[in-house]
Amino acid sequence: MQALTNRAKEVSRKPMTLLEKLYLPAIAKGMLITFSHIFKKQPTVSYPEQKRPFSPVFRGLHVLNRDEEGRERCTACGLCAVACPAEAITMEAAERLPGEENLYREEKYAAKYEINMLRCIFCGLCEEACPKDAIYLSETFAPANFTRKGFIYGKDALLIPDAKTDPEGYAKARGIGEPTTAD
Amino acid sequence: MTLLSIDWLLLIEKLILIAIIVFASLGIALYTTFAERKVAAILQDRPGPNRAGPFGLLQPFADGLKLIMKEEIIPSSASKFLFILGPGLAMTAALMTCAVIPWSSHVELFDRKIDLQIADINIGILYVFGVVSLGVYGIMIGGWASNNKFSLMAALRGASQAISYELAMGISLIAVLMISGSLSLKTMVDQQMAPGQLWNVAYQPLGFLIFFICAMAECNRTPFDLPEAENELNFGYHQEYSSMKLGFYLFSEYVNMIMSSAIMASLFFGGFDIPFLDERTLAPNIAAILGVAALLTKIVIFIFVFMWIRWTIPRFRYDQLMNLGWKTLIPLALFNMLVTGAFILWRQGG
Ligand code: SF4
Ligand code: SF4
Repeated sequence: MQALTNRAKEVSRKPMTLLEKLYLPAIAKGMLITFSHIFKKQPTVSYPEQKRPFSPVFRGLHVLNRDEEGRERCTACGLCAVACPAEAITMEAAERLPGEENLYREEKYAAKYEINMLRCIFCGLCEEACPKDAIYLSETFAPANFTRKGFIYGKDALLIPDAKTDPEGYAKARGIGEPTTAD
Repeated sequence: MTLLSIDWLLLIEKLILIAIIVFASLGIALYTTFAERKVAAILQDRPGPNRAGPFGLLQPFADGLKLIMKEEIIPSSASKFLFILGPGLAMTAALMTCAVIPWSSHVELFDRKIDLQIADINIGILYVFGVVSLGVYGIMIGGWASNNKFSLMAALRGASQAISYELAMGISLIAVLMISGSLSLKTMVDQQMAPGQLWNVAYQPLGFLIFFICAMAECNRTPFDLPEAENELNFGYHQEYSSMKLGFYLFSEYVNMIMSSAIMASLFFGGFDIPFLDERTLAPNIAAILGVAALLTKIVIFIFVFMWIRWTIPRFRYDQLMNLGWKTLIPLALFNMLVTGAFILWRQGG
């Protein structure tokens, strides 16, 4: 039959020679190979102690940003929820009351904002959709949890700590200082 | 009344010895499971268990605890008595072998000469064979009592494998017995220790190879782990077992491995003999301790080789297994026996 490509290889159907039938030379060869692996470098990363660097464009856990004055940026417009292909985002809007100007930047804000991290595929479309630069994918990722409920992140988990009053928490939530491949 | 006079001290001495050896074997077996995982890991370029305790050294205890805490399930259609007897039998048979292994020469303690061997019976090696055959019952009973056709089939596989390889093992051993002229393990080791005498492996390389392969098959180690074949057939004769009963089955495999390593060391590698050293020039107690260390070193090396092989070669197919046993190993063992016999006759005649 005409071969379609030149990559085809005929299978050798030769009966085994006595030496091959004994298996021993082949076994010795295999054992030498495994033995040589004792001295090879292990590629294992011992995770919690040792971290693999993130790429600088890594899309990790979401944070809800604050503006320069520490006010929440999100105006509960719902564009992120619309953009989300996994339908992971839900929110409830509320109106800003007089006297809350130091808390929320816009007149309308998200009273409840939830992302289901089990549905989320970390595509980053919410970040692209947001007109207020309010949602942002950080360089951290969701830790393991025992229940499904634990993966529904509310505002308490998402809202970033204020950079002025809690710089450490801010850096942690953003994943600043995590090793990246950029440096 | 001499008939009834029992040497109480001897009895106590032997009981202590039994306790030490049984617990030491169990302890070593415990850490052999750990070593198995570590060796597998290192051969596969990974670190292996390293979280429980320093270097993961507490891992075997964590495993044991896990097995004990698991729910004990006895299938309702299983034969309860036999179901429980199976793992016990497997474990007992595995441990019984240690009675005739000479662990070292003798120590002198409180003006007594204490042999570091539980029983120097003159049919030592036959006893070992008897006990090893008992191990098959552990497999058979386990598979049969589960009342599960897959377990039963696995048990049949295991039993036929054990029986076929016992034959070649026995025949390869006859050649060693021809050289030593004794069935007592102690005498055999003493002969190998005598100055100017080489280890038996030098006279019987083929015999050792056959014995080693058969020992691997008897312990159900890869490439002969068909009775278990956890990944592609089913979990084998202990499929229905859970909790510590499963633990006993798995554990007895490791005890078996230690015992067959000890037997191979005694039969072919001079037992507790230290190469290039005349033990009789040392004080008996020091010689005894060094002897134990030497035997343990040999056992560790054998166990490493067992593991190394396990993590190198894949499992045999069933027909390959039977072909190897009946058509290769038994003829080779017979050939080896005949050549040895002819050689000894020629030496005696000349
Ligand atoms: S990252 Fe993608 S999937 Fe996740 S919430 Fe944003 S838009 Fe939805
Ligand atoms: S995060 Fe952005 S897109 Fe989503 S509701 Fe808030 S402002 Fe709108």
